[in-house]
Amino acid sequence: MSKAQEFSINGMARVRKRKKNKDTWAIIGFIAPAFIIYGVYVIYSIFMTFYYSTFNWTGIDANMVFIGLENYKQLFQDGVFWTSIQNNFLLVIASLLTQLPVGLIMALLLFSPIKGIRLFRSVYFMPFLMSTVAIGILFIFIYEGNYGLLNSILGAIGLESLETAWIGKENTAIWAVIATVCWQFAPFYMILFRATIVGIPEELYEAADIDGASGWQRFKNITLPLLRPIIITSAILSVIGSLKYFDLIYVMTGGGPNNSTELMATYMYKQTFTNFNMGYGSSISFSMFIIAFIVTAFMLLGDKSNGGNE
Amino acid sequence: MMIRVIKGIPLYCLAIVILMVTGLPFLIMTLTSFKGQMEFMTSPWSIPESFSLENYLLLVELNFFGYFANSLIVSVISVIIVIIIAAMASYPLARLKFRLNRPIFILFMVGMMIPIHTTLVPIFILTNKMGLYDSLFGLIGPYIAFALPVSIVIFTQFMRDIPKELEESAKMDGCSHLRLFWNIIFPLLTPAVATVAIYNFIHIWNEFIFALVLTNSSQNATLPIGLREFYGEFSVNIPGIMATLTLGSLPLLLVYFIAQEKIVTGLAAGSVKG
Repeated sequence: MSKAQEFSINGMARVRKRKKNKDTWAIIGFIAPAFIIYGVYVIYSIFMTFYYSTFNWTGIDANMVFIGLENYKQLFQDGVFWTSIQNNFLLVIASLLTQLPVGLIMALLLFSPIKGIRLFRSVYFMPFLMSTVAIGILFIFIYEGNYGLLNSILGAIGLESLETAWIGKENTAIWAVIATVCWQFAPFYMILFRATIVGIPEELYEAADIDGASGWQRFKNITLPLLRPIIITSAILSVIGSLKYFDLIYVMTGGGPNNSTELMATYMYKQTFTNFNMGYGSSISFSMFIIAFIVTAFMLLGDKSNGGNE
Repeated sequence: MMIRVIKGIPLYCLAIVILMVTGLPFLIMTLTSFKGQMEFMTSPWSIPESFSLENYLLLVELNFFGYFANSLIVSVISVIIVIIIAAMASYPLARLKFRLNRPIFILFMVGMMIPIHTTLVPIFILTNKMGLYDSLFGLIGPYIAFALPVSIVIFTQFMRDIPKELEESAKMDGCSHLRLFWNIIFPLLTPAVATVAIYNFIHIWNEFIFALVLTNSSQNATLPIGLREFYGEFSVNIPGIMATLTLGSLPLLLVYFIAQEKIVTGLAAGSVKG
Protein backbone atom coordinates (compact mmCIF):
# COMPACT_ATOMS: atom_id res chain seq x y z
CA MET A 1 0.00 0.00 0.00
CA SER A 2 1.45 3.35 -0.96
CA LYS A 3 1.75 6.16 1.49
CA ALA A 4 -0.70 8.27 -0.39
CA GLN A 5 -3.34 5.56 -0.31
CA GLU A 6 -2.82 5.05 3.40
CA PHE A 7 -3.30 8.74 4.04
CA SER A 8 -6.44 8.91 2.03
CA ILE A 9 -7.93 5.88 3.82
CA ASN A 10 -7.07 7.37 7.19
CA GLY A 11 -8.53 10.66 6.04
CA MET A 12 -11.77 9.07 4.93
CA ALA A 13 -12.09 7.21 8.19
CA ARG A 14 -11.56 10.44 10.06
CA VAL A 15 -14.13 12.26 7.97
CA ARG A 16 -16.60 9.44 8.53
CA LYS A 17 -15.91 9.47 12.25
CA ARG A 18 -16.41 13.21 12.46
CA LYS A 19 -19.66 12.91 10.54
CA LYS A 20 -20.79 10.17 12.85
CA ASN A 21 -19.99 12.35 15.84
CA LYS A 22 -21.92 15.18 14.31
CA ASP A 23 -24.85 12.83 13.74
CA THR A 24 -24.73 11.64 17.33
CA TRP A 25 -25.04 15.16 18.64
CA ALA A 26 -27.85 15.90 16.21
CA ILE A 27 -29.68 12.74 17.30
CA ILE A 28 -29.33 13.64 20.96
CA GLY A 29 -30.38 17.21 20.34
CA PHE A 30 -33.48 16.23 18.40
CA ILE A 31 -34.69 13.55 20.78
CA ALA A 32 -33.73 15.21 24.07
CA PRO A 33 -36.68 17.63 24.58
CA ALA A 34 -39.30 14.92 24.07
CA PHE A 35 -37.27 12.35 25.95
CA ILE A 36 -36.73 14.54 29.00
CA ILE A 37 -40.41 15.45 29.39
CA TYR A 38 -41.53 11.89 28.74
CA GLY A 39 -38.81 10.52 30.99
CA VAL A 40 -39.68 12.75 33.92
CA TYR A 41 -43.46 12.57 33.78
CA VAL A 42 -43.96 8.99 32.62
CA ILE A 43 -40.92 6.74 33.14
CA TYR A 44 -39.62 8.26 36.36
CA SER A 45 -43.18 8.37 37.70
CA ILE A 46 -43.74 4.67 37.18
CA PHE A 47 -40.64 3.83 39.21
CA MET A 48 -41.59 6.34 41.88
CA THR A 49 -45.07 4.84 42.12
CA PHE A 50 -43.53 1.51 42.96
CA TYR A 51 -41.18 3.21 45.43
CA TYR A 52 -44.04 5.01 47.19
CA SER A 53 -46.04 1.80 47.29
CA THR A 54 -43.53 0.30 49.71
CA PHE A 55 -44.32 2.91 52.37
CA ASN A 56 -47.03 3.60 54.84
CA TRP A 57 -47.55 7.25 54.07
CA THR A 58 -50.39 9.77 54.16
CA GLY A 59 -48.78 11.99 51.54
CA ILE A 60 -49.39 15.16 53.55
CA ASP A 61 -46.69 14.82 56.20
CA ALA A 62 -43.06 13.74 55.90
CA ASN A 63 -43.62 10.66 58.04
CA MET A 64 -42.89 7.78 55.64
CA VAL A 65 -42.56 4.32 57.13
CA PHE A 66 -40.97 1.65 54.95
CA ILE A 67 -43.08 -1.51 55.05
CA GLY A 68 -41.80 -3.46 52.04
CA LEU A 69 -44.54 -5.26 50.16
CA GLU A 70 -47.01 -5.03 53.04
CA ASN A 71 -49.37 -2.83 50.99
CA TYR A 72 -49.62 -5.51 48.32
CA LYS A 73 -50.35 -8.16 50.93
CA GLN A 74 -53.16 -6.00 52.25
CA LEU A 75 -54.37 -5.38 48.70
CA PHE A 76 -54.76 -9.10 48.09
CA GLN A 77 -57.09 -9.33 51.07
CA ASP A 78 -59.01 -6.17 50.20
CA GLY A 79 -62.51 -7.13 49.03
CA VAL A 80 -63.11 -3.72 47.44
CA PHE A 81 -60.00 -4.10 45.32
CA TRP A 82 -61.22 -7.45 44.01
CA THR A 83 -64.63 -5.95 43.29
CA SER A 84 -62.93 -3.20 41.33
CA ILE A 85 -60.84 -5.65 39.28
CA GLN A 86 -63.99 -7.64 38.59
CA ASN A 87 -65.78 -4.49 37.45
CA ASN A 88 -62.86 -3.54 35.23
CA PHE A 89 -62.99 -6.90 33.49
CA LEU A 90 -66.77 -6.69 33.26
CA LEU A 91 -66.25 -3.35 31.53
CA VAL A 92 -63.66 -4.91 29.20
CA ILE A 93 -66.06 -7.66 28.14
CA ALA A 94 -69.09 -5.38 27.89
CA SER A 95 -67.09 -2.91 25.81
CA LEU A 96 -65.91 -5.59 23.40
CA LEU A 97 -69.42 -7.03 23.07
CA THR A 98 -71.29 -3.74 22.70
CA GLN A 99 -69.07 -0.89 21.51
CA LEU A 100 -67.45 -2.77 18.65
CA PRO A 101 -70.57 -4.40 17.14
CA VAL A 102 -72.67 -1.26 17.61
CA GLY A 103 -69.88 0.82 16.13
CA LEU A 104 -69.72 -1.53 13.15
CA ILE A 105 -73.47 -1.41 12.61
CA MET A 106 -73.37 2.38 12.77
CA ALA A 107 -70.52 2.50 10.25
CA LEU A 108 -72.40 0.16 7.88
CA LEU A 109 -75.53 2.28 8.17
CA LEU A 110 -73.53 5.27 6.96
CA PHE A 111 -72.89 3.42 3.70
CA SER A 112 -76.52 2.43 3.23
CA PRO A 113 -79.00 4.05 0.89
CA ILE A 114 -80.67 6.33 3.43
CA LYS A 115 -82.13 9.74 2.65
CA GLY A 116 -80.56 12.52 4.69
CA ILE A 117 -77.41 10.53 5.34
CA ARG A 118 -75.51 13.70 6.27
CA LEU A 119 -77.77 14.26 9.26
CA PHE A 120 -77.28 10.69 10.46
CA ARG A 121 -73.54 10.93 10.02
CA SER A 122 -73.27 14.18 11.95
CA VAL A 123 -75.44 13.11 14.86
CA TYR A 124 -74.00 9.60 15.21
CA PHE A 125 -70.59 10.95 16.02
CA MET A 126 -71.63 13.68 18.47
CA PRO A 127 -71.40 11.67 21.73
CA PHE A 128 -67.68 11.15 21.32
CA LEU A 129 -66.97 14.88 21.19
CA MET A 130 -68.84 15.71 24.37
CA SER A 131 -66.60 15.95 27.42
CA THR A 132 -66.87 12.90 29.65
CA VAL A 133 -67.74 15.08 32.61
CA ALA A 134 -70.65 16.60 30.69
CA ILE A 135 -71.84 13.14 29.65
CA GLY A 136 -71.66 11.97 33.24
CA ILE A 137 -73.72 14.85 34.57
CA LEU A 138 -76.26 14.58 31.74
CA PHE A 139 -76.78 10.87 32.35
CA ILE A 140 -77.25 11.41 36.07
CA PHE A 141 -80.44 13.21 35.06
CA ILE A 142 -81.36 10.64 32.46
CA TYR A 143 -81.12 7.87 35.09
CA GLU A 144 -82.63 9.90 37.92
CA GLY A 145 -85.23 7.95 39.87
CA ASN A 146 -88.16 10.35 40.14
CA TYR A 147 -88.36 12.55 37.08
CA GLY A 148 -85.40 11.13 35.05
CA LEU A 149 -85.72 10.95 31.28
CA LEU A 150 -85.42 7.17 31.10
CA ASN A 151 -88.14 6.64 33.67
CA SER A 152 -90.34 9.23 31.96
CA ILE A 153 -89.99 7.37 28.66
CA LEU A 154 -90.68 4.03 30.34
CA GLY A 155 -93.76 5.55 31.97
CA ALA A 156 -94.99 6.99 28.71
CA ILE A 157 -94.86 3.62 26.94
CA GLY A 158 -96.53 1.78 29.80
CA LEU A 159 -93.52 0.13 31.39
CA GLU A 160 -93.82 1.81 34.79
CA SER A 161 -92.91 -1.48 36.41
CA LEU A 162 -89.34 -1.12 35.15
CA GLU A 163 -88.83 2.34 36.61
CA THR A 164 -86.07 2.49 39.18
CA ALA A 165 -83.31 4.70 40.53
CA TRP A 166 -80.88 3.37 37.95
CA ILE A 167 -77.57 4.54 39.41
CA GLY A 168 -78.77 4.61 43.00
CA LYS A 169 -79.18 0.86 43.33
CA GLU A 170 -76.35 -1.61 43.60
CA ASN A 171 -77.70 -4.13 41.10
CA THR A 172 -78.49 -1.66 38.30
CA ALA A 173 -75.75 0.96 38.77
CA ILE A 174 -72.93 -0.91 37.06
CA TRP A 175 -75.07 -1.68 34.00
CA ALA A 176 -76.35 1.87 33.76
CA VAL A 177 -72.79 3.13 33.84
CA ILE A 178 -71.55 0.57 31.31
CA ALA A 179 -74.37 1.56 28.95
CA THR A 180 -73.22 5.16 29.19
CA VAL A 181 -69.64 4.19 28.39
CA CYS A 182 -70.95 2.37 25.33
CA TRP A 183 -73.00 5.42 24.31
CA GLN A 184 -69.83 7.49 24.44
CA PHE A 185 -67.44 5.12 22.64
CA ALA A 186 -69.50 3.29 19.99
CA PRO A 187 -69.26 6.40 17.73
CA PHE A 188 -65.50 6.31 18.10
CA TYR A 189 -65.27 2.77 16.73
CA MET A 190 -67.77 3.79 14.07
CA ILE A 191 -65.30 6.30 12.63
CA LEU A 192 -62.45 3.79 12.76
CA PHE A 193 -64.53 1.25 10.82
CA ARG A 194 -65.84 3.90 8.47
CA ALA A 195 -62.33 5.07 7.59
CA THR A 196 -61.44 1.50 6.62
CA ILE A 197 -64.62 0.81 4.64
CA VAL A 198 -64.04 3.97 2.59
CA GLY A 199 -60.75 2.47 1.46
CA ILE A 200 -62.26 -0.78 0.11
CA PRO A 201 -62.09 -0.69 -3.70
CA GLU A 202 -65.48 -0.41 -5.36
CA GLU A 203 -64.47 -3.03 -7.95
CA LEU A 204 -64.61 -5.78 -5.35
CA TYR A 205 -68.31 -5.11 -4.81
CA GLU A 206 -68.96 -4.79 -8.53
CA ALA A 207 -67.37 -8.16 -9.10
CA ALA A 208 -69.51 -9.63 -6.33
CA ASP A 209 -72.61 -8.12 -7.96
CA ILE A 210 -71.79 -9.81 -11.23
CA ASP A 211 -71.54 -13.11 -9.38
CA GLY A 212 -74.97 -12.39 -7.96
CA ALA A 213 -73.89 -12.13 -4.33
CA SER A 214 -76.50 -11.08 -1.78
CA GLY A 215 -76.02 -8.17 0.58
CA TRP A 216 -75.13 -10.46 3.44
CA GLN A 217 -72.69 -12.46 1.30
CA ARG A 218 -71.00 -9.26 0.18
CA PHE A 219 -70.61 -8.22 3.78
CA LYS A 220 -69.38 -11.60 4.97
CA ASN A 221 -66.98 -12.26 2.10
CA ILE A 222 -65.64 -8.81 1.29
CA THR A 223 -66.23 -6.23 4.02
CA LEU A 224 -65.65 -8.32 7.11
CA PRO A 225 -62.33 -9.93 6.08
CA LEU A 226 -60.95 -6.55 5.05
CA LEU A 227 -62.06 -5.08 8.37
CA ARG A 228 -60.23 -7.74 10.36
CA PRO A 229 -57.06 -5.71 11.08
CA ILE A 230 -59.04 -2.67 12.24
CA ILE A 231 -61.29 -4.86 14.38
CA ILE A 232 -58.20 -6.22 16.13
CA THR A 233 -56.79 -2.72 16.60
CA SER A 234 -60.14 -1.57 17.99
CA ALA A 235 -60.29 -4.52 20.35
CA ILE A 236 -56.85 -3.66 21.72
CA LEU A 237 -57.81 0.00 22.14
CA SER A 238 -61.05 -0.99 23.82
CA VAL A 239 -59.40 -3.38 26.28
CA ILE A 240 -56.62 -0.95 27.24
CA GLY A 241 -59.14 1.87 27.58
CA SER A 242 -61.46 -0.20 29.76
CA LEU A 243 -58.68 -1.23 32.13
CA LYS A 244 -57.77 2.37 32.92
CA TYR A 245 -61.26 3.81 32.80
CA PHE A 246 -62.07 6.51 35.35
CA ASP A 247 -63.78 9.78 34.37
CA LEU A 248 -67.37 8.77 33.81
CA ILE A 249 -67.63 6.50 36.85
CA TYR A 250 -66.04 9.11 39.06
CA VAL A 251 -68.53 11.76 37.93
CA MET A 252 -71.64 9.56 37.91
CA THR A 253 -71.32 7.34 40.98
CA GLY A 254 -67.90 7.92 42.51
CA GLY A 255 -67.65 4.12 42.69
CA GLY A 256 -70.84 3.79 44.73
CA PRO A 257 -73.39 2.83 45.80
CA ASN A 258 -71.53 0.68 48.30
CA ASN A 259 -68.53 0.17 45.96
CA SER A 260 -70.74 -1.60 43.40
CA THR A 261 -69.33 0.46 40.49
CA GLU A 262 -65.80 0.76 41.87
CA LEU A 263 -63.01 0.45 39.30
CA MET A 264 -59.29 0.15 40.02
CA ALA A 265 -58.82 3.79 39.02
CA THR A 266 -61.66 5.16 41.16
CA TYR A 267 -60.54 3.09 44.13
CA MET A 268 -56.98 4.29 43.69
CA TYR A 269 -58.20 7.90 43.61
CA LYS A 270 -60.34 7.37 46.70
CA GLN A 271 -57.51 5.81 48.71
CA THR A 272 -54.95 8.38 47.61
CA PHE A 273 -56.72 11.71 47.52
CA THR A 274 -59.77 11.18 49.74
CA ASN A 275 -58.42 8.88 52.46
CA PHE A 276 -54.83 10.18 52.12
CA ASN A 277 -53.35 6.72 51.91
CA MET A 278 -50.72 7.55 49.32
CA GLY A 279 -48.67 4.43 49.95
CA TYR A 280 -51.65 2.12 49.63
CA GLY A 281 -53.04 4.11 46.69
CA SER A 282 -49.68 3.74 44.94
CA SER A 283 -49.81 -0.02 45.33
CA ILE A 284 -53.21 0.02 43.57
CA SER A 285 -51.91 2.18 40.74
CA PHE A 286 -48.82 0.04 40.32
CA SER A 287 -51.03 -3.05 40.13
CA MET A 288 -53.02 -1.28 37.39
CA PHE A 289 -49.80 -0.84 35.46
CA ILE A 290 -48.84 -4.51 35.84
CA ILE A 291 -52.31 -5.69 34.77
CA ALA A 292 -52.38 -3.34 31.77
CA PHE A 293 -48.89 -4.45 30.81
CA ILE A 294 -49.66 -8.17 30.98
CA VAL A 295 -52.96 -7.88 29.11
CA THR A 296 -51.43 -5.71 26.37
CA ALA A 297 -48.48 -8.07 25.95
CA PHE A 298 -50.84 -11.04 25.62
CA MET A 299 -53.00 -9.26 23.06
CA LEU A 300 -50.05 -8.17 20.95
CA LEU A 301 -48.53 -11.66 21.07
CA GLY A 302 -51.89 -13.23 20.23
CA ASP A 303 -52.27 -10.83 17.33
CA LYS A 304 -48.82 -11.73 16.02
CA SER A 305 -49.31 -15.48 16.23
CA ASN A 306 -52.58 -15.09 14.34
CA GLY A 307 -50.66 -13.43 11.53
CA GLY A 308 -51.70 -9.94 12.62
CA ASN A 309 -51.06 -6.87 10.54
CA GLU A 310 -47.86 -5.63 12.12
CA MET B 1 -70.14 3.05 -2.23
CA MET B 2 -73.05 1.12 -0.83
CA ILE B 3 -73.11 -1.86 1.43
CA ARG B 4 -76.60 -3.24 1.45
CA VAL B 5 -76.85 -5.77 4.22
CA ILE B 6 -80.40 -4.78 5.00
CA LYS B 7 -82.78 -2.62 3.01
CA GLY B 8 -85.98 -0.64 3.15
CA ILE B 9 -88.05 -0.16 6.25
CA PRO B 10 -85.96 -2.21 8.73
CA LEU B 11 -82.93 -0.22 7.63
CA TYR B 12 -84.68 3.08 8.32
CA CYS B 13 -86.02 1.84 11.65
CA LEU B 14 -82.56 0.83 12.83
CA ALA B 15 -80.98 4.05 11.58
CA ILE B 16 -83.62 6.15 13.31
CA VAL B 17 -83.42 4.26 16.59
CA ILE B 18 -79.67 4.88 16.68
CA LEU B 19 -80.26 8.50 15.69
CA MET B 20 -82.60 8.89 18.67
CA VAL B 21 -80.24 7.20 21.11
CA THR B 22 -77.26 9.31 20.04
CA GLY B 23 -79.10 12.57 19.42
CA LEU B 24 -81.94 12.69 21.93
CA PRO B 25 -79.78 13.40 25.00
CA PHE B 26 -78.31 16.42 23.19
CA LEU B 27 -81.74 17.64 22.12
CA ILE B 28 -83.23 17.31 25.61
CA MET B 29 -80.18 18.94 27.19
CA THR B 30 -80.39 21.94 24.87
CA LEU B 31 -84.16 22.34 25.14
CA THR B 32 -84.14 22.08 28.93
CA SER B 33 -81.46 24.75 29.15
CA PHE B 34 -83.99 27.31 27.87
CA LYS B 35 -86.55 26.53 30.56
CA GLY B 36 -87.23 28.25 33.85
CA GLN B 37 -86.93 26.27 37.05
CA MET B 38 -90.68 26.33 37.71
CA GLU B 39 -91.47 25.05 34.27
CA PHE B 40 -89.02 22.20 34.69
CA MET B 41 -90.65 21.13 37.95
CA THR B 42 -94.10 20.90 36.43
CA SER B 43 -93.13 19.15 33.19
CA PRO B 44 -89.48 18.18 33.16
CA TRP B 45 -88.98 16.84 29.63
CA SER B 46 -91.56 18.72 27.56
CA ILE B 47 -90.67 21.25 24.87
CA PRO B 48 -90.19 24.64 26.54
CA GLU B 49 -93.09 27.11 26.28
CA SER B 50 -90.75 29.98 25.62
CA PHE B 51 -87.05 30.15 25.04
CA SER B 52 -85.58 32.09 27.91
CA LEU B 53 -81.91 33.01 27.95
CA GLU B 54 -81.99 33.53 31.70
CA ASN B 55 -79.74 30.53 32.45
CA TYR B 56 -77.15 31.57 29.92
CA LEU B 57 -77.03 35.12 31.23
CA LEU B 58 -76.47 33.67 34.68
CA LEU B 59 -73.52 31.68 33.35
CA VAL B 60 -71.96 34.76 31.80
CA GLU B 61 -72.42 36.55 35.10
CA LEU B 62 -70.71 33.74 36.99
CA ASN B 63 -67.69 34.01 34.70
CA PHE B 64 -68.17 30.69 32.97
CA PHE B 65 -65.93 31.94 30.17
CA GLY B 66 -62.95 31.98 32.52
CA TYR B 67 -62.96 28.17 32.29
CA PHE B 68 -63.06 28.39 28.52
CA ALA B 69 -60.07 30.69 28.49
CA ASN B 70 -58.12 28.33 30.78
CA SER B 71 -58.92 25.29 28.67
CA LEU B 72 -58.02 27.13 25.50
CA ILE B 73 -54.68 28.34 26.88
CA VAL B 74 -53.68 24.92 28.19
CA SER B 75 -54.80 23.04 25.05
CA VAL B 76 -53.22 25.40 22.54
CA ILE B 77 -49.86 25.69 24.32
CA SER B 78 -49.64 21.94 24.92
CA VAL B 79 -50.56 21.05 21.34
CA ILE B 80 -48.04 23.49 19.84
CA ILE B 81 -45.20 22.19 22.01
CA VAL B 82 -46.17 18.58 21.32
CA ILE B 83 -46.11 19.17 17.57
CA ILE B 84 -42.66 20.74 17.68
CA ILE B 85 -40.88 18.34 20.02
CA ALA B 86 -42.62 15.22 18.74
CA ALA B 87 -41.73 16.09 15.15
CA MET B 88 -38.15 16.78 16.21
CA ALA B 89 -37.82 13.47 18.05
CA SER B 90 -39.35 11.63 15.11
CA TYR B 91 -36.79 12.99 12.67
CA PRO B 92 -33.81 10.87 13.82
CA LEU B 93 -36.12 7.96 14.66
CA ALA B 94 -37.48 7.90 11.12
CA ARG B 95 -34.50 8.93 9.02
CA LEU B 96 -31.23 8.18 10.79
CA LYS B 97 -29.62 4.88 11.67
CA PHE B 98 -28.27 4.50 15.18
CA ARG B 99 -28.04 1.72 17.68
CA LEU B 100 -30.66 2.95 20.15
CA ASN B 101 -33.19 3.86 17.47
CA ARG B 102 -35.54 0.90 17.96
CA PRO B 103 -35.36 0.78 21.79
CA ILE B 104 -36.14 4.50 22.07
CA PHE B 105 -39.04 4.21 19.66
CA ILE B 106 -40.48 1.26 21.61
CA LEU B 107 -40.00 3.11 24.88
CA PHE B 108 -42.15 5.94 23.54
CA MET B 109 -44.72 3.52 22.13
CA VAL B 110 -45.16 1.78 25.47
CA GLY B 111 -46.49 5.08 26.80
CA MET B 112 -49.77 4.47 25.01
CA MET B 113 -50.79 1.64 27.31
CA ILE B 114 -49.67 3.22 30.58
CA PRO B 115 -52.62 4.18 32.80
CA ILE B 116 -52.46 7.82 33.82
CA HIS B 117 -53.23 6.73 37.37
CA THR B 118 -49.91 4.92 37.59
CA THR B 119 -48.13 8.26 37.32
CA LEU B 120 -50.59 10.33 39.30
CA VAL B 121 -49.02 10.38 42.77
CA PRO B 122 -45.44 11.08 41.63
CA ILE B 123 -46.64 13.78 39.22
CA PHE B 124 -48.73 15.32 42.00
CA ILE B 125 -45.70 15.42 44.30
CA LEU B 126 -43.37 16.61 41.55
CA THR B 127 -45.74 19.40 40.56
CA ASN B 128 -45.91 20.52 44.18
CA LYS B 129 -42.13 20.51 44.46
CA MET B 130 -41.76 22.55 41.29
CA GLY B 131 -44.17 25.10 42.73
CA LEU B 132 -46.58 24.52 39.85
CA TYR B 133 -49.47 23.10 41.88
CA ASP B 134 -52.75 24.84 41.08
CA SER B 135 -51.42 26.62 38.01
CA LEU B 136 -52.16 26.17 34.33
CA PHE B 137 -48.48 25.53 33.68
CA GLY B 138 -48.55 22.56 36.00
CA LEU B 139 -51.00 20.88 33.63
CA ILE B 140 -49.02 21.47 30.46
CA GLY B 141 -46.13 19.14 31.40
CA PRO B 142 -48.23 16.00 31.95
CA TYR B 143 -50.43 16.81 28.94
CA ILE B 144 -47.38 17.02 26.70
CA ALA B 145 -45.83 13.88 28.17
CA PHE B 146 -48.93 11.77 27.58
CA ALA B 147 -49.52 13.19 24.09
CA LEU B 148 -45.97 12.39 22.96
CA PRO B 149 -46.29 8.62 22.29
CA VAL B 150 -49.17 8.86 19.80
CA SER B 151 -47.69 11.95 18.18
CA ILE B 152 -44.24 10.43 17.74
CA VAL B 153 -45.69 7.26 16.23
CA ILE B 154 -47.75 9.29 13.75
CA PHE B 155 -44.86 11.56 12.77
CA THR B 156 -42.34 8.72 12.50
CA GLN B 157 -44.57 6.67 10.23
CA PHE B 158 -45.26 9.70 8.08
CA MET B 159 -41.60 10.72 7.83
CA ARG B 160 -40.46 7.25 6.81
CA ASP B 161 -42.48 7.65 3.61
CA ILE B 162 -40.76 10.88 2.55
CA PRO B 163 -38.26 10.02 -0.24
CA LYS B 164 -34.61 10.03 0.86
CA GLU B 165 -33.37 11.84 -2.27
CA LEU B 166 -34.79 15.08 -0.96
CA GLU B 167 -32.38 15.37 1.89
CA GLU B 168 -29.47 13.74 0.13
CA SER B 169 -29.17 16.67 -2.25
CA ALA B 170 -29.47 19.03 0.69
CA LYS B 171 -26.73 17.14 2.53
CA MET B 172 -24.46 17.55 -0.49
CA ASP B 173 -24.84 21.28 -0.07
CA GLY B 174 -23.59 20.91 3.49
CA CYS B 175 -26.96 21.52 5.06
CA SER B 176 -27.07 20.85 8.82
CA HIS B 177 -29.63 18.49 10.32
CA LEU B 178 -31.41 21.38 11.94
CA ARG B 179 -31.82 23.30 8.67
CA LEU B 180 -32.69 20.10 6.87
CA PHE B 181 -35.44 19.39 9.38
CA TRP B 182 -36.90 22.87 9.52
CA ASN B 183 -36.63 23.86 5.87
CA ILE B 184 -37.24 20.58 4.10
CA ILE B 185 -38.88 17.93 6.29
CA PHE B 186 -41.15 19.93 8.57
CA PRO B 187 -43.02 21.77 5.78
CA LEU B 188 -43.87 18.37 4.25
CA LEU B 189 -45.51 17.17 7.44
CA THR B 190 -48.70 19.25 7.16
CA PRO B 191 -51.15 16.30 6.97
CA ALA B 192 -49.50 14.59 9.94
CA VAL B 193 -49.46 17.87 11.87
CA ALA B 194 -53.21 18.20 11.30
CA THR B 195 -53.81 14.68 12.62
CA VAL B 196 -51.61 15.21 15.67
CA ALA B 197 -53.16 18.60 16.40
CA ILE B 198 -56.78 17.43 16.12
CA TYR B 199 -56.26 14.22 18.04
CA ASN B 200 -54.42 15.84 20.92
CA PHE B 201 -56.53 18.97 21.08
CA ILE B 202 -59.73 17.00 21.58
CA HIS B 203 -58.17 14.81 24.27
CA ILE B 204 -56.53 17.66 26.16
CA TRP B 205 -59.62 19.89 25.90
CA ASN B 206 -61.69 17.17 27.62
CA GLU B 207 -58.97 15.92 30.00
CA PHE B 208 -60.23 15.46 33.52
CA ILE B 209 -58.02 13.53 35.95
CA PHE B 210 -54.87 15.68 35.88
CA ALA B 211 -56.97 18.83 36.08
CA LEU B 212 -58.79 17.33 39.06
CA VAL B 213 -55.62 16.45 40.94
CA LEU B 214 -53.24 19.25 39.95
CA THR B 215 -55.48 22.31 40.27
CA ASN B 216 -57.50 23.49 43.18
CA SER B 217 -58.95 26.98 42.72
CA SER B 218 -61.76 27.89 40.32
CA GLN B 219 -59.47 30.53 38.93
CA ASN B 220 -57.17 27.86 37.46
CA ALA B 221 -59.81 25.27 36.66
CA THR B 222 -60.33 24.01 33.12
CA LEU B 223 -63.70 23.42 31.52
CA PRO B 224 -64.36 19.83 32.71
CA ILE B 225 -63.64 20.90 36.30
CA GLY B 226 -65.81 23.97 35.80
CA LEU B 227 -68.71 21.81 34.66
CA ARG B 228 -68.51 19.85 37.89
CA GLU B 229 -68.28 22.98 40.00
CA PHE B 230 -71.40 24.41 38.40
CA TYR B 231 -73.15 21.09 38.82
CA GLY B 232 -72.48 21.30 42.55
CA GLU B 233 -73.35 24.98 42.77
CA PHE B 234 -76.64 24.85 40.87
CA SER B 235 -77.76 21.70 42.74
CA VAL B 236 -81.54 21.90 42.16
CA ASN B 237 -81.48 24.37 39.27
CA ILE B 238 -81.47 21.66 36.62
CA PRO B 239 -82.13 23.92 33.61
CA GLY B 240 -79.12 25.91 34.81
CA ILE B 241 -77.00 22.76 34.81
CA MET B 242 -78.23 21.87 31.32
CA ALA B 243 -77.24 25.34 30.13
CA THR B 244 -73.76 24.74 31.57
CA LEU B 245 -73.47 21.40 29.78
CA THR B 246 -74.77 22.83 26.50
CA LEU B 247 -72.40 25.77 26.57
CA GLY B 248 -69.52 23.54 27.65
CA SER B 249 -70.08 21.12 24.77
CA LEU B 250 -70.63 23.84 22.19
CA PRO B 251 -67.03 24.73 21.17
CA LEU B 252 -66.00 21.24 20.06
CA LEU B 253 -69.36 20.59 18.40
CA LEU B 254 -69.12 23.88 16.49
CA VAL B 255 -65.63 23.08 15.27
CA TYR B 256 -66.89 19.62 14.35
CA PHE B 257 -69.76 20.97 12.27
CA ILE B 258 -67.44 23.36 10.46
CA ALA B 259 -64.66 20.88 9.67
CA GLN B 260 -66.42 17.54 10.02
CA GLU B 261 -64.37 15.43 7.61
CA LYS B 262 -61.06 16.78 8.86
CA ILE B 263 -61.91 16.05 12.49
CA VAL B 264 -63.21 12.56 11.80
CA THR B 265 -60.30 11.50 9.62
CA GLY B 266 -57.80 13.13 11.99
CA LEU B 267 -59.22 11.23 14.94
CA ALA B 268 -59.41 7.96 13.06
CA ALA B 269 -55.85 8.24 11.75
CA GLY B 270 -54.53 9.25 15.18
CA SER B 271 -56.18 6.34 16.95
CA VAL B 272 -55.29 3.64 14.46
CA LYS B 273 -51.64 4.61 14.24
CA GLY B 274 -51.54 4.90 18.00
